[in-house]
Amino acid sequence: MHDLPAEDLQTSGLPPSPGPVEREFTVQARTQFQLILRRFLQHKLAVISLFVLIAVVLLAFVGGALWHYKYTDITPDNSVPPSAEHPFGTDNLGYDEFARVLRGTQRSLEIAFTVAILATVLGTVWGAIAGYYRGFADSVMMRIVDLVLTIPILAAGALLSHHFQTAGWWALALVIAGLSWPGVSRIVRGQTLSLREKEYVEAARALGAKDSRIIFRHILPNIMGQIVVVVTILVAAAILIESSLSYLGFGVQAPDTSLGTLIAAAQTSLQGGQWWLFYFPGIFIILICLTVNFIGDGLRDAFDPSQQRVRA
Amino acid sequence: MVTQQQDHQRGVPLIQGRRGTHGRTQPPPSARRPNRGPEATMLAFAVRRLLVSIPVFIVSTFLVFLLVTWGADPLAQLKAKNPPPSQAVINALANQLYINHSLPARYGHWFSQLFFHGNWGPSVQSGTDIGQLLSTSLVLTARLVILAMLLAVVLAIVSGVISATRQYSKTDYTITLIGFLFLSLPVFWFAILLKQLVVNMNNSLNWYWISTYGANTPGLTGWSAFSDALGHLILPTIVLAMSSYASWSRFQRSSMLDVLGSDYMRLARAKGLSRMRVMVRHGLRTALIPLTTQVALDTAAVLGGAVLTENVFGWQGMGTMLVNGINAGDFNTILAWLTVSAIIVILFNLIADLLYGVLDPRIRNA
Repeated sequence: MHDLPAEDLQTSGLPPSPGPVEREFTVQARTQFQLILRRFLQHKLAVISLFVLIAVVLLAFVGGALWHYKYTDITPDNSVPPSAEHPFGTDNLGYDEFARVLRGTQRSLEIAFTVAILATVLGTVWGAIAGYYRGFADSVMMRIVDLVLTIPILAAGALLSHHFQTAGWWALALVIAGLSWPGVSRIVRGQTLSLREKEYVEAARALGAKDSRIIFRHILPNIMGQIVVVVTILVAAAILIESSLSYLGFGVQAPDTSLGTLIAAAQTSLQGGQWWLFYFPGIFIILICLTVNFIGDGLRDAFDPSQQRVRA
Repeated sequence: MVTQQQDHQRGVPLIQGRRGTHGRTQPPPSARRPNRGPEATMLAFAVRRLLVSIPVFIVSTFLVFLLVTWGADPLAQLKAKNPPPSQAVINALANQLYINHSLPARYGHWFSQLFFHGNWGPSVQSGTDIGQLLSTSLVLTARLVILAMLLAVVLAIVSGVISATRQYSKTDYTITLIGFLFLSLPVFWFAILLKQLVVNMNNSLNWYWISTYGANTPGLTGWSAFSDALGHLILPTIVLAMSSYASWSRFQRSSMLDVLGSDYMRLARAKGLSRMRVMVRHGLRTALIPLTTQVALDTAAVLGGAVLTENVFGWQGMGTMLVNGINAGDFNTILAWLTVSAIIVILFNLIADLLYGVLDPRIRNA
């Protein structure tokens, strides 16, 4: 019937069962990472989004450098619609819109990634420490979080904007990051509070592990799923905030440009018929945020498959 | 070896000790308090949260004060005038604004003026009384924000529930896709696009009821004023509602899915209740709890969206007040805006906490 070696059956001591049931016991073990990767790859939209996002990033950082116009070049063509020479057309002054959109995407992405990294690191460490030590330290740290949350990012960013003009885009990123970490720390604290009561943490403590080791080696790796999802949310939120600030005139300033700055400059061009100046930067913002959100959704499903099936 | 023992000894008893002190701010689920009945516990919880909020608010005003002193220069406009004004004029304004004092003194002055005399301080924008500006702007923006939030909540609940009950159907995918699209849409871009669409529509239909600029047409009374205000409200409300709708519908879908997967739903079906009754009485009621608190927490974010919406549609509300204030370096106006916004954030955080306890008996009686 089946071609299992005879000695295998003898050593296992199981009575020989009919049919190919034994195959169940020969399944290869998968690591946690492989499981997550497989689940992520099943989320088609997320995988497609990942490729699109990588393409956009490459286009912005590599394509922008290779394109035959720079974002500061004034071409002889004023206000021409999209063509082979100018894929996204040009504006009234003759700037090539494709070069400007690529440059804007580059700025927006730089700001978004900086914000995501800074806010995630600060928020994670803050939340983990508060959740792990609880008591007085937790109360004080969480009141600080409450405090930071009372300052609206948009208003603070606008208020401090004239400091960005001398310091550059990273000052803007610093302000956005400095006000968006509390959200991360709340999530991490909540998870840490429940994980610190788990038996394996108790076991680590019994073995004499230091607090820092317990936090960084035992607790944080188990919250990685939530943290990764938070990173994607932060990236999308940072792009929208940066473009909103730039739209209001408080963000990235000329001669530098960002996607929000481009849309602000093109506010009236929709009425004037220069639709390309309005649509292309907007589509790039949507493209980045949409793909990042889909990737986040895929990662959430991959890390926490509990929402996959309805039983009722 | 010694450290190991110390670590081990420290581990267990301290947890017990910490559990006791922690209850001051937020009772952990494991806290055991004497059983005094749900109402008394709830009231004590509310009072405690309120008492914690007051120092948070006061420190927040100080933080905001520091931020504004760092970010705004009320003398900039005057100094930039051509020909430059004399030093005496500059000094007079500085004196009036109380900015030639030390930082703590300035804060103390501002704080006592506001909370003991109800005075927001002088504005550097000519003809502006901050208190008056604040109240008219607040009414205007509140109208927009409340209407938009109502619309967003209703849409979010309906589409979230439909999406969850038909998970992985075509309807679910469509709703999810729309949700993700609005989640990724810059508010101002969508607003400009919608505005232009309606301008074109109005021009081709020659019917201008849906307005694209301002909050109302001055000089109208009675029914025509109401109809006019409504026509002005439609576009900003839709724009503002859609940006919150996106995340709330995702939220509602996921909390509904959590509930649908739970055992008591199966039990309710098993004991013979109709599917509709189970969905509404057992499912939706429970699934609405997380959304309620989320909506309360997101109120501040909606205010941020209102700044952009007002900017596109030319409303003279809180958003315009902030943008004008920052452009003029108007110290006291910005402070007033940030103070009101801090009050709203703290108040709605409090409401979210309390609602959670009121709506969820598992937390109330924990």
